[in-house]
Amino acid sequence: MNTSTNPHGRYLGNVVGGSLNRGIEVRLDPQVPVEEMALGQHVVIQGQSRRFFGIITDITLETSDDSVRANPPDLSNPLVASVVSSTAVYATLQVLPMLALEGEMALIDGPMPAKTVPPHFAPVHLAAKEDVEMVFGREDERHFWVGTPLDLEERINIDLEEFVKRSNGVFGKSGTGKTFLTRLLLVGILQKSAAVNLVFDMQSEYGWMGTSEGTGTVKGLKQLFPSKVAVFSLDEEHGRRRGISPDYLVKVGYNQIEPEDIEMLRETLNLSEVAADAAFTVAGHFGQQRWLRQFLDLDGQEVQELSKSINVNERALSTLHNRLRRLSRFHFVTERETDESVEEILRYLDRGIHVVLEFGRYQNELAAYILVANLLTRRIHSRYVTRKEEAMGDQAKEPRPLVITIEEAHRFLSPGIASQTIFGTIAREMRKYNVTLLVVDQRPSGIDDEVMSQLGTKLSCLLDNERDVDAVMSGVSGARELRSVLSKLDSKQESLIFGHAVPMPIVVRVRDYGTNESYRELGFQEASELRQQMERDADDLFGGR
Amino acid sequence: MGLSLEHDETRLGEVVETSTTGFVAQCYQLFGAPPLGALVKSGGPYPAYGVVHQVSTQGIDPTRRPVARGQDEATEEDVYRSNPQLAHLLRTDFQAVIVGHSAEEDLRYHLPPTPPPIYAFVHMCSTEEVRMFTANPAFLRPLATSSITALEEVVAACLRYTAPMQEDTEKFLIGVGKQLAGFFPGDFRRVETILRRAAL
Ligand SMILES: Nc1ncnc2c1ncn2[C@@H]1O[C@H](COP(=O)(O)OP(=O)(O)O)[C@@H](O)[C@H]1O
Ligand SMILES: [Mg+2]
Repeated sequence: MNTSTNPHGRYLGNVVGGSLNRGIEVRLDPQVPVEEMALGQHVVIQGQSRRFFGIITDITLETSDDSVRANPPDLSNPLVASVVSSTAVYATLQVLPMLALEGEMALIDGPMPAKTVPPHFAPVHLAAKEDVEMVFGREDERHFWVGTPLDLEERINIDLEEFVKRSNGVFGKSGTGKTFLTRLLLVGILQKSAAVNLVFDMQSEYGWMGTSEGTGTVKGLKQLFPSKVAVFSLDEEHGRRRGISPDYLVKVGYNQIEPEDIEMLRETLNLSEVAADAAFTVAGHFGQQRWLRQFLDLDGQEVQELSKSINVNERALSTLHNRLRRLSRFHFVTERETDESVEEILRYLDRGIHVVLEFGRYQNELAAYILVANLLTRRIHSRYVTRKEEAMGDQAKEPRPLVITIEEAHRFLSPGIASQTIFGTIAREMRKYNVTLLVVDQRPSGIDDEVMSQLGTKLSCLLDNERDVDAVMSGVSGARELRSVLSKLDSKQESLIFGHAVPMPIVVRVRDYGTNESYRELGFQEASELRQQMERDADDLFGGR
Repeated sequence: MGLSLEHDETRLGEVVETSTTGFVAQCYQLFGAPPLGALVKSGGPYPAYGVVHQVSTQGIDPTRRPVARGQDEATEEDVYRSNPQLAHLLRTDFQAVIVGHSAEEDLRYHLPPTPPPIYAFVHMCSTEEVRMFTANPAFLRPLATSSITALEEVVAACLRYTAPMQEDTEKFLIGVGKQLAGFFPGDFRRVETILRRAAL
């Protein structure tokens, strides 16, 4: 496409000022009703030799004459009204230039980040379908359709191959569509085989089926792609009640729980620092394999004695003792386990089968979630590290790229613990060992800054808490302007996407999930269709009847 | 656009005082001045268009003021009937702001190189001519930016005079209004005043 051809969208006005940092000021043509402009809309600015792509970050009403503010003219006179609206008052758009398409090079290189600004009076148009397609590409083997821009029917695709190279985040306050968006991303990763997924599915929303405020239930990954997804569970009964049996029942042995896991649970179990630290001392005393079982077997008297012999504050130790007892209520915790659960997960992942771990009845037990996610992830990560190192750069021997999805991510990545926990490590080391995170959270301000800044792509639904907005926007160029876009998103199913997987920040209405049509578009085939397909394939193979 | 030397209906009088930005014409008929705000045109090498902004009638000898004569007359007309010499002792003048000229068959919306000479004939513009000259709303600039007295009144009068001659009065007034807003930046009050009076 020649970048100097006429832009396709509606004419909006001309550039009248601005800067690359603050954004370009565009005087809106009086013919364009200001109400039709919206934050987050995309515009194309035609410079002399470049075409700029930008996003509307603010809309201002201006007057060239201060007296009309104090004494508004008589608008009942149609002549006066019509003249004032096109002269003394006008609207300006603030446009953040994001990309520049330079001459014929755009065809080869694609859009580049804007490093300069269009000249005064350059004409500004709304981005049209063709423009959006040029910037965001078509859906193909690495691009996955996530939604549509606010004012166009065009599909916005994100580059999943780029996406899984780093850890990413999905944010938004409760009920804004994080889970639905995450589910779509997981489907995308599955379909494009960009990586394998391991999902810690606290609320049982991803595996077999999910819930929806509107329609009750929606299909989970297992229903859509039965042969590519395995559902693991911590709770046998949960599956049985729903008439489905999990592919594997995960158990955790006392012997597998380490003092580090307790450290992660500090907040959830309401332990003081001293109490959590005591776990390390106790483990030193009894030995890694047996410490928890033996510690929990002690009675009050014995705990008291232990505190003296290992020289730990007595109150702290007995609190620790009390709180850890809660863990014994979890049915999935057994006396002794080998790492079989971990091995089984890895076996599935190695075959390219995506694993969703459902928590069943423990869905409201944050301690169970944190404990299991942390414990399994630590082991899986360490296998990945070993295997990656053994492969010594031989791509064929490397383990498949793995994306681990965690909800309530701030519980794992809060500033106090992110530097010590496995999740913090994974977030920081990027894709060094082929493992990345997909963190899902409604309180991003609770996540360590450094972790936030390592996230490659962020998809944020509506956030209204200032601190959360700040956290999501930290370190982003044009953050100030984008914040206003973020806080004005629709309360559902709208998301601002920015980072490595998209060429520029964009607001999308997230693709619908939950209708039969949506399932079909995601490649789901009903059993009857599958049969027909098989028959057709057989006909092809053996010749028709 | 040559000027006919024959006397015609549209001829109002001739220039008796002239300068770069405007001229004074004396009417052939006592009280024969065009209406306030009307578009007139002078002769000369650069026929100039002007907007009438000041009309006056006084004695030919400015040092002597007319005396009252009507005490015994029944009507005002009777005063003139009984004193036929008055038509020769009084004169009507009008002043016009030059708003453009024609040169090489073209309309120019700026001042002519030289103003109309003394004794140049002054004509009323035809409807067709008004329409042509006012097709460009910039025609108001020299008037709107001049320093004549009662400026708003004159501009409004000019619009009252020219608007009904347009094919689309409303469109014309909106176009003019936008121009005015540009002539009076930061003073929309003034634009509003003029527009309200123009539309009366
Ligand atoms: N992409 C979508 N398609 C269809 N419905 C959606 C979509 N996104 C959100 N919703 C609706 O909004 C509700 C809340 O979304 P959910 O993902 O559960 O929010 P969150 O995880 O942020 O609390 C869903 O139950 C569903 O009804
Ligand atoms: Mg959710």
